[in-house]
Amino acid sequence: MGPFIEVVLGGLMAGVLYSLVALGFVLIYKASGVFNFAQGAMVLLAALAFARFSEVMPMPVAFVLAALLMVGAAFVIERMVLRHLVNQEGIILFLATFGITYFIEGFGPQVFGDDIYRIDLGMPKEPKIVLESMFDGGILINLEDFIAAGIAAALVTFLAIFFQKTATGRALRAVADDHQAAQSVGIPLNRIWVIVWSVSGFVALVAGMIWGSKLGVQFSLVLIALKAIPVVILGGFTSVPGAIVGGLIIGVGEKIAEVYLGPIIGGGIENWFAYVLALGFLLFRPEGLFGERRIERV
Amino acid sequence: MFYRENGQFKTSYEADQALFPIMQDRVFIVVLLLVAFVGIPLLADEYLFRAILIPFLILSLAAVGLNILVGYCGQISLGTGGFMMVGAYAAYNLAVRVPDLNMLVVFILAGLITTVVGMIFGIPSLRIKGLYLAVATLAAQFFLDWLFSRVKWFTNDSSSGSVSAPVLQVFGFRWDSPVEKYLFVLSVVVLFSLIARNLVRSHIGRSWMATRDMDVAAEIIGIRPVYAKLSAFAVSSFIVGIAGALWGFVHLGSWEPLAFDVNRSFSLLFMVIIGGLGSILGSFLGAAFIVILPLLLNQVPHWLGLPMSTATAAHFEAMIFGALIIFFLIVEPHGLARLWAIAKEKLRLWPFPH
Repeated sequence: MGPFIEVVLGGLMAGVLYSLVALGFVLIYKASGVFNFAQGAMVLLAALAFARFSEVMPMPVAFVLAALLMVGAAFVIERMVLRHLVNQEGIILFLATFGITYFIEGFGPQVFGDDIYRIDLGMPKEPKIVLESMFDGGILINLEDFIAAGIAAALVTFLAIFFQKTATGRALRAVADDHQAAQSVGIPLNRIWVIVWSVSGFVALVAGMIWGSKLGVQFSLVLIALKAIPVVILGGFTSVPGAIVGGLIIGVGEKIAEVYLGPIIGGGIENWFAYVLALGFLLFRPEGLFGERRIERV
Repeated sequence: MFYRENGQFKTSYEADQALFPIMQDRVFIVVLLLVAFVGIPLLADEYLFRAILIPFLILSLAAVGLNILVGYCGQISLGTGGFMMVGAYAAYNLAVRVPDLNMLVVFILAGLITTVVGMIFGIPSLRIKGLYLAVATLAAQFFLDWLFSRVKWFTNDSSSGSVSAPVLQVFGFRWDSPVEKYLFVLSVVVLFSLIARNLVRSHIGRSWMATRDMDVAAEIIGIRPVYAKLSAFAVSSFIVGIAGALWGFVHLGSWEPLAFDVNRSFSLLFMVIIGGLGSILGSFLGAAFIVILPLLLNQVPHWLGLPMSTATAAHFEAMIFGALIIFFLIVEPHGLARLWAIAKEKLRLWPFPH
């Protein structure tokens, strides 16, 4: 029983980290109807900025500066890209975020360098054994992961309140529903987009810091976006809780499959297993677990 | 002044339904084909064939296949690289395991195998649509990536994981030099473009377009979404599979799954979008754009005489590429094909204002 619980716990922790990236996707989709492929690149940019800033200044200052950089990026993206693509089809906006991805993937390393940088957040790294009295040999857990989970939980609570209770949150949801209708009741589309891209840049910064402290800040951080995409379709594009639950399901499913199924069919399945799992769910609930059901009229 | 259809009266149904109803268009196409089949082989050098013309033609074919799925049937696919991979490996296995088989038969069979695989991965499209489907097709991409790098049978137990295609030989003639390869690819591409062009204006093509514009409405007027969507996946996969086999056999020669990774899928989708959704011509324009642009960006620092490290050059290339994609989407979301159409409209009036 002990090893199994260990696997599940490990999966849950990995899942939380996936959810953090997935949150960025959901936020932007919810508020602008854009599936933002650039989320991974934004994580890279934020993490790079934070890592390089914190080399020369205290960490809180570096954090604020990196956050400001993401807000600046949001302004530029709105001004240069989104403003010109109002009311275009979803696929066009989706492709535009590919352009943003390429741009950031060139821009980030050009400005901040393309070596591997370390972020030390001072989180405890050594694993800990708990519950020795209940199981043989106890359960090995990683404190760092628990802290990351705590941060993610706090972030999600904050975002949920922001979306449900504040006027800005209501405006965000209105824009997501219908650009034109929102505009016609006087919601400033441009400002809303800057806000939501800033928030998602902030989420990218948090995700980048945690991933960066685990793996080091390097170019391959952009690939975690590909890991987070099945989480988003599993949970539903429009649901913040969906991103969390989806992340946990994918994290656990992936770990269990890796440990118990991997040896049978030859290993290396982590690249596609999450996608197939998400696909299986989609066949039964086409709008994701928590997504809004779309009613189509002719 | 020169490009107008005044005085070209259609006196039969055949003339009315012709592929290119305007005489100037027919002349243009014939000249283009003459240049492609006769002029270019006489003039172009080896580098041009290897680096630009052959990749351009093969990727155009793949883009035509993808355009049928995305542009005509509205099913966004990010798994095209995976389907090209199926075509390449299917052709390889057929060629290695059945050595006596005619190469043309090998290519056709490879296309058919890709068709089956494409239809299997197209089944989710019956339930999910839009971006959800786009992401679901990524599952195909990653699964196929894994399949061909892990299962040794597909690579004929090669130790390095990469496979080498046998020499291209059809009817006892070896298509060996760049010019011969170019002519072979060109013939295949012209043939399939003609088929595709005719297919999209048949009743099947109309059922695809109806499904794309609104699948619920299409269902109500009697189009079966199952047939429409799966037939689009089938035709698209067939063409993409043949393009994949060509890419492996003619362009690469030897390859590993990395040659068909997810970036290939993305760049094919760019070609289709930048070229123009729902346009066969657009697939060619988009492919030309995506093939030539990186080569140009690579050369620009040399021309300007700027000393630039490889890393810096690569970063700037990525930035300019990204910026250009955004620029094109903003300026003309309907792609280069629309620009061509606008130019033709203007040409009909020129030099008069009305």
